[in-house]
Amino acid sequence: MKQFGIFIQKELFHILRDRRTLFILLGMPMALVLLFGFAITNEIDNARIAILDQSKGEMSQEITQRLVASGYFLIDENLQEVAQIEQHFRQGKTKMAVIFPSELQENMRRNLPTQIQLIADATDPNTATTLINYASAIIGQYVQEQARGQAMPMLIRTEVKMLYNPRLKSVFMFVPGVMTVILMLVSAMMTSIAITREKELGTMEVLLASPLKPAMIIVGKVIPYILLALANTVVILLLGTFVFGMPVRGSLALLGLECLLFVIAALSLGILISTRTDSQQVAMLISLMVLMLPTILLSGFIFPIESMPKVLQVISNIIPAKWFIIILKNIMLKGTGAEFVWKESLILAGMTLFFIGVSVRNFKIRLE
Amino acid sequence: MPLRPSNHLTLNRITMATPAIQVENISKRYGKNVLALNQVSLEVGQGELFGLIGPDGAGKTTLIRILATLLLADKGYAAVNGWEVRRDYRQIRSHIGYMPGRFSLYQDLSVEENLHFFATIFGTTIKENYELIRDIYVQLEPFRTRKAGKLSGGMKQKLALCCALIHKPVVLLLDEPTTGVDPVSRKEFWEMLKRLKEKGIAILVSTPYMDEASLCNRVALIQKGAILSIDEPEKIVSGFDKPLLAVRTNDMYRLIHDLRDFESTHSAFPFGEFVHLSLNNPIWPEAIHAYLAGKQHTGIEIKPAQATIEDAFMELMTQGEMVD
Amino acid sequence: MVPAITADKLTKKFGDFTAVNQITFEVKKGEIFGFLGANGAGKTTAMRMLNGLSRPTAGQASVAGFDVYRQTEKIKQHIGYMSQKFSLYEDLTVKENIQFYGGIYGLPGREIRHQVKALIEGLGMQAFAGTLVKSIPLGWKQKLSFSIAIMHRPGIVFLDEPTGGVDPITRRQFWEMIYKAASEGMTVFVTTHYMDEAEYCGRVSIMVDGRIAALDTPRALKEQFGASSMNDVFLQLTRPKS
Repeated sequence: MKQFGIFIQKELFHILRDRRTLFILLGMPMALVLLFGFAITNEIDNARIAILDQSKGEMSQEITQRLVASGYFLIDENLQEVAQIEQHFRQGKTKMAVIFPSELQENMRRNLPTQIQLIADATDPNTATTLINYASAIIGQYVQEQARGQAMPMLIRTEVKMLYNPRLKSVFMFVPGVMTVILMLVSAMMTSIAITREKELGTMEVLLASPLKPAMIIVGKVIPYILLALANTVVILLLGTFVFGMPVRGSLALLGLECLLFVIAALSLGILISTRTDSQQVAMLISLMVLMLPTILLSGFIFPIESMPKVLQVISNIIPAKWFIIILKNIMLKGTGAEFVWKESLILAGMTLFFIGVSVRNFKIRLE
Repeated sequence: MPLRPSNHLTLNRITMATPAIQVENISKRYGKNVLALNQVSLEVGQGELFGLIGPDGAGKTTLIRILATLLLADKGYAAVNGWEVRRDYRQIRSHIGYMPGRFSLYQDLSVEENLHFFATIFGTTIKENYELIRDIYVQLEPFRTRKAGKLSGGMKQKLALCCALIHKPVVLLLDEPTTGVDPVSRKEFWEMLKRLKEKGIAILVSTPYMDEASLCNRVALIQKGAILSIDEPEKIVSGFDKPLLAVRTNDMYRLIHDLRDFESTHSAFPFGEFVHLSLNNPIWPEAIHAYLAGKQHTGIEIKPAQATIEDAFMELMTQGEMVD
Repeated sequence: MVPAITADKLTKKFGDFTAVNQITFEVKKGEIFGFLGANGAGKTTAMRMLNGLSRPTAGQASVAGFDVYRQTEKIKQHIGYMSQKFSLYEDLTVKENIQFYGGIYGLPGREIRHQVKALIEGLGMQAFAGTLVKSIPLGWKQKLSFSIAIMHRPGIVFLDEPTGGVDPITRRQFWEMIYKAASEGMTVFVTTHYMDEAEYCGRVSIMVDGRIAALDTPRALKEQFGASSMNDVFLQLTRPKS
C-alpha cells in the first residue's frame, strides 16, 4: 500500500511540476467552453431581416413585433415593393425577408387559409434553415393564440414545440460535447503520453525490474489523471450552469458516476495505446487521430448522427463518446434517471471492460 | 535443457557454492537477422566484481537485460543467485540492483525524492539501509533538494547507483555505468564498486572501455554476441604470446602501412604515439630499424612493449575473424 | 606558415559564469590537436566559438585565417565537422547521405557522383551502399561520418567525441583515417573526454574549469607529471592533491 502511495505521489509531482502542461490541462476546458459559448455558436442573434408589409394591418405589426421581441431578428428595412427584395439580398444586408400579403387581415378573420411568405438567403444553408424555423415557430404560435376561443374548423395543423430546449440554445449541445472531448483528451491522451514518457526516459525499465506489480504501475499512473479529469468535469459544469444557464435536471450523483465510467473507458483506451507504442510522439498522434477526431466528428457533438451517411452512422456506434453524449443529454436536459440510460451505460461499461482486457493482454512484464 | 531446482525457499542456505550469476549457452535473436547473443556462457561467483567488456552492439545490454528478467532468451539457461530468470523473475526483481545503460531516474524529482521513491517501491526505507550507501550518498547530500535532471553526469551516476543499492541487493547489474562520464568520476565510480564488492555484493558491470578491465576480478571479452575469452585480466593479457614492439617515426600514417608490408609482421596497429608491432617470429629491432630507414623514415624509435588488454582483444578478434 | 587555428585570450561568458576563460593556443597546419577536458570544462563552448557558431565575449581567434567575429561564414566554408551524435541521416541510405552532404557543401553534380563512388570504394562499403544508415554497424557509421565531413576537402576538420564505443580494431582503423587526412595536410581538431584517445594526438591541451591547464605532446605531459598515461595526467590536473 505504501508503494502505491509513493507511486501516486511521484505521479502528482510530475504533473504539478510540469507547469505548462498543467496550465493547458486546466485552462483548456475553460477556454473551450467560453469559446463555444460566446464565439463559435450556430445560434442566431439579431439576424437582419426585411419586412414587406402589404396588408398594413394590426396583425402584421403584431407578428413583426413578436419577431423582434424574440431577440433573433432585427428589422433592417421596411420595404415598399416586391422588386426591392432581390436588390436587398444582393447587397447582402438581409438574411431573410418576411412578406405579409394584403389580404392577411381579411383572411384571418374569415378563417381562410392564408400565406405569409418567408424568403431566406440560402448561401449559408444552415443559417437560412434556422431562421425559417425560428420565424415559422414564432408566427405559428401567434396564429394559434389568435385562433384561441374562436370556433375552429377541423383543420389538421402541425404544431411545433421544441422540447427540453425551447429556445434552441446551442449551449445545451456543446456543454456535453466539450465535456466529452476534454475528458477524452485528459484521460486517454495524457495517460498514453505519461506512460510512454516513462518508456522513453528508460524509467519504465527500472520499474519493471523492481518488485512493483505491472497493474500497480498502470493504476498508479492513471489515478492522478482520473482526479484531473473529474476536476475538469466540475469546472465545465459550473461554467455551463452559471455562465450559460445550462440546466442539470437529473441526479448529480448519477451524472458523476457516468462521468467516472466514461473517464475509465477513456483511460483504458489511453493505456491500450501506450501498450502498443514506445514514443510520446506516436502516442500523441494516435490519440489525436484515432480518439479525438471521431470524438469530435462522429459522436454527434458537432454533426448530428442522423444526418450522416449510413456507413458513418454504423461506425458511430463504436465511438464511446456517442453513448456518453446521449447519457449526458438525457440526464442534464431531460432529467431522466438511471432507468433510461442503463442501456447506453452498459454499452460504455462493456467497451471499457474490453479495452482493459486487451490492454492487460498487451501489457508486457518484460521489455519485448 | 534441464531446469535447475529453484532456490527461493532455501535462501538462507545459499552458500558460496551457488554462483551469483549463471549463464549457460544463452542465445538471443532480434528479428531474423540480428543474432545478439550466440551461445554465451559465464559464471559470476558470490562477492565477485565481474566485467563484461566489449564495444557497442556486442550484446552486453542484451545479456544484462536477460539477467534483469527484462528480456527472455531464445535458448539456454540463466539464473541469478540460483533463481531461474524466466520462472523466478519476481524473486530476482526483489533482490537485484539494476542500473540501465542510460540515466533512468526521474529528472523532475529531487535527489532525495528519487531515493525515497525507489526505497519505498522496494519496500524499505533510506534509513534502514543507509549504511550501504553512506559513502556515496554523502557526496550527493549537498544537492539533496536539486532536481536529478540538473546534476552533472558523474553525480547522476552516483545517484543511480544509490537508487539501485537502496534495497540491499545481493547482486548488482550495471550496464555501462561509466560511459560518457569524465575520468575523475569514472575513477570514483570504480572505487565505489570495489568497496561494495568488499561488502560481499556480487557485481556484473559492462563497459566498452578496455582500460577498465584491470579493475575487475575477472572479465569476459565479448564481441558480436560471442564471448572471446573469460579470465582474470592479467591472464588474458599474458595470453598474448607474440613478440611485441612499440615503434614510432615522424610519419605515422606511412609507418603503419610500411610495417604491415614487413615480412615478419603479424599485425601493426596504432597505439597512442606508437604503433604496436606484433611479430610472427622474434627479430632483432635493428632489422626493423634498417627496414624503416630504407623506407626513408626519420626519427625512428623502437622499443619492447608490454601487451595490453586491447592487444589481447584485437588478437582474439582477429583469430575469431570478428573484424568487420 | 599561417597557423590553422589561433586563439588569443579567447573568452566566453554566460551572465556571471565564465565558461571559457582567456584561452590561448595555436594549432599548426597538418597537426592532430587534442582538446581535452571533463564535461562542463568548456570544451564544447570553445569549439563552438572556433566554428563560428557562438560569438566570443572577448579575445581574438582565427580559423583557417578567418576571424571568428567577422568572417564566420567563411570559416564554415573552410571547415569540416563531425559530431558525437552522428550527423548522418539514419533513414537515408549510405549513398543518399553522401549525395545529400555533397549537395549541402555545394559540390557540382559530377563531383558528387565521383565522390559517392570514391568514398564508398575507399571505405570498402560497396555492400552497404544501398543500406539505410541506421542498420549499418556503429564503426562504419563513424568512418562514413568522417569521410563525409572531409568530403569537400576542408583545411580543418573538427571531431567532437569521435570514437566512443567501437571495438579496438575499428577504433584504430578510424585513427588511421585521421592520420591519412593529416598526412595530406589537413588539420584535425579533436575534442574528447576520453583520455585514451588523447594518446593518439600530436599535441593535446587539457581544459579545467574554463582554462587551459596544460598543453604539450602526450609524451612531454606524461614526463612532466610523472604519469604512465594521459588518464593519470588528467586525474592529477583535476584532483591535484589526492
